[in-house]
Amino acid sequence: MADLDSSAALQQQVQDAINTRTPLNICGGNSKTFLGRHPEGKALPVSAHRGIVEYDPRELVLSARAGTPLAEIETALSDAGQMLTFEPPHFGENATLGGTIACGLSGPRRPYAGAARDAVLGCKIINGRAELLQFGGQVMKNVAGYDVSRLMAGAYGTLGVLLEISMKVLPRPAASLTLIHECPQQEAIQRMSQLLSQPVPVDAACYHAGQCHIRLAGSEQAVKHAHEHLGGEVLEKAAPFWHTLREQQLPFFHSDAPLYRVMVKPDSAPLPIAGSWLLDWGGAQRWLVSDEPVAKIRERVAAVGGHVTCFRSHDSHDEVFATLSAPLLTIHQRLKNSFDPHAIFNRGRMYPGL
Amino acid sequence: MTVAAPAIANRTLSQEALINGLLALLPGSAVLTDPEDLRPFECDALSVYRRLPLVVVLPETIAQVQAIMRLCHTLRVPVVARGAGTGLSGGALPLADGVLLSLARFTRILHIDPHNAMATLQPGVRNLAISEAAAAHGMYYAPDPSSQIACSIGGNVAENSGGVHCLKYGLTVHNILMLKLVTMEGELLSIGSETLDSPGYDLLALLTGSEGMLGIIVEVTVKLLARPERAQVVLAAFDDVVKAGEAVGAIIAAGIIPAGLEMMDRLAIQAAEDFAHAGYPRDAEAILLCELDGSNAEVSEYIMAVRRVLTQSGATEVRTAVDEAERQLFWKGRKSAFPAVGRISPDYYCMDGTIPRRQLPQVLRQISQWSQEYGLAVANVFHAGDGNLHPLILFDANKPGELARTEEFGRRILQLCVEVGGTITGEHGVGMEKIDQMCSQFRSAELSQFHAVKAAFDPAGLLNPGKAVPTLQRCAEFGAMHVHHGQLSHPELERY
Repeated sequence: MADLDSSAALQQQVQDAINTRTPLNICGGNSKTFLGRHPEGKALPVSAHRGIVEYDPRELVLSARAGTPLAEIETALSDAGQMLTFEPPHFGENATLGGTIACGLSGPRRPYAGAARDAVLGCKIINGRAELLQFGGQVMKNVAGYDVSRLMAGAYGTLGVLLEISMKVLPRPAASLTLIHECPQQEAIQRMSQLLSQPVPVDAACYHAGQCHIRLAGSEQAVKHAHEHLGGEVLEKAAPFWHTLREQQLPFFHSDAPLYRVMVKPDSAPLPIAGSWLLDWGGAQRWLVSDEPVAKIRERVAAVGGHVTCFRSHDSHDEVFATLSAPLLTIHQRLKNSFDPHAIFNRGRMYPGL
Repeated sequence: MTVAAPAIANRTLSQEALINGLLALLPGSAVLTDPEDLRPFECDALSVYRRLPLVVVLPETIAQVQAIMRLCHTLRVPVVARGAGTGLSGGALPLADGVLLSLARFTRILHIDPHNAMATLQPGVRNLAISEAAAAHGMYYAPDPSSQIACSIGGNVAENSGGVHCLKYGLTVHNILMLKLVTMEGELLSIGSETLDSPGYDLLALLTGSEGMLGIIVEVTVKLLARPERAQVVLAAFDDVVKAGEAVGAIIAAGIIPAGLEMMDRLAIQAAEDFAHAGYPRDAEAILLCELDGSNAEVSEYIMAVRRVLTQSGATEVRTAVDEAERQLFWKGRKSAFPAVGRISPDYYCMDGTIPRRQLPQVLRQISQWSQEYGLAVANVFHAGDGNLHPLILFDANKPGELARTEEFGRRILQLCVEVGGTITGEHGVGMEKIDQMCSQFRSAELSQFHAVKAAFDPAGLLNPGKAVPTLQRCAEFGAMHVHHGQLSHPELERY
């Protein structure tokens, strides 16, 4: 495996970039280039730094280098009857673990089993001083030092180059079943949010094309019992449905109009914004295809305590993520500076100046 | 190591200015300076470290906290925040020249929202009170540290507290959505949001477990879960701790994630049994408590499977609690293990290392060998599901030198945890207690990065200074005492 470890070479490249003050654009499998703001800087390819470093199914922990293809990790887990908890979208065949964690992407299971960051137990990074740092570890419980590992999740590579990540993994559920109910959006929202206070083994819920989809997962008995309790029609080809939802391959996503990710409290009423909607995460993550002005969308969503990300087909030179309050932005800038004092990594990918 | 606060007559002018300033912000009853009033705040639950603060403040509103912080920032006075004072690592140990900011008066449950599965709380709300309030909606708050009757949610966030259900339900970091935080400069920040994530860096994760080093938590929004239809406990006895350890891995390999999976060794079993009369088999070398939760049918299915695995793993006895009363009794024994051990020894020292589970036999063997070398008995209580080990070293502080020997023994255990791929603290925090062990866990570059992170929130370095992250100088001194395999840690530092 030694030939797959290119951490020393990457460290040297970062050192060279610091010496010449050359901004770097960290690249994994290039499957998520469309996310965030316009990438700047010289490409720093990390996909050669790959391979599963350690995986003992009994420990429920997998450690892999950042360039490892997500597909390779999922195959190894599947062979042992386990899975990544957060059902990450790939958005392309070459998706890597590092890119997935850096973008903090989670799939339909997220509200019920945690996000990408929740699965992260530890990481190795190169910071903007070309130092190789290690945080967290391979154990579930670890409160030594600040939780830098989880801070890396969703930081879009602006704080350092991810080299290796350790994650908590779980057994695959013995049984899974998807139930469908035809209903209007408001009723689906109520149905999905009411499930949160009921002891039913739901692990995904979405509303699409007039149908509320509820996925049950657990032991055979648990799924059978919940099916009896909830009723509804069983979706025959459930796995492909959830896959195409996760990968944004449903016809809903085939549009040239901008796609927005709208985050609200799950029981928020349908929002008065023109466009087409698909509700995932039990109503907490809503996809909107709309030609409305972005400022208007942000304002309407902020009014109900939510926030908006421009996800696809947006102007990537503009603000993509919701604006941070001035004191929060100050903390972000200071944190960025603490990891990357020369502003080498993924400059401006999240916010201008970060 | 008790240090007296300066008597009132000996206060410096700047100390007078601070106290007068605080009295201008708060009612007189919320500013304590009399040594007798300060005494209850001299330590947290790690009472071997004691120190009186200069002054204790007991604000009731966020605006008061902001004003206190602005004043302290202006006067360059250090601040230590304190919740319920149940911490086990000296994280709330006051500073003799500093302000001890108690959040004990922030005790209101602000909002429970079952349809969005969340509750908003003031930081002084007790952990158990959240679940009690949520029970009306059939919901609860999952993290349940053993001090849950007394510990507060603000302190839980500061320490990233765990409990016995972490393997399935996670730590505090996995169960909170939003914080309100007052910075050292007196700024009020909202971190996280009522939605499942928020724009920008994951500051929620960074702040959870930050031990009062980055800000004062003044409001917490937690995630609530639906109370499972049924929970049931299986008790298994073993004639060998190694077999019990292997049974833990076997349960997980069978694809089952128990809600709780706890292990106790012989000394812990006997102490707990004498104390709680839980019905534990007194002659066992180890017992496992395996809790399964879910729907009625599901739990029955899992119990069958777990019983099979335990028997195959060589359990000498496998018992399922016959009813809810017996289930509570099984847990009572486990949850009272610490006080039970407190009854059989004048003092005990609780360690908190985490190890990869497969290392358990090796680590227990080594602890047992050291126990004989030091002449100090050890009772082991273990969150087996997530590898979090709590060896309790029994000692008598009145015997000269015994505390020092205990501390040395404890340091070796933590060092061993690091060597086998684990950590020096699973859930109790670094605080004052494990500050030197941080030098074994991390190298200079990581420690420097931690200091830089702190400076991003607290550039003046006034929040809980001296805790959680050691200075490189301190590590150089500590490293000089502990040369490992002939390798000096932090070799880049000058030695003296």
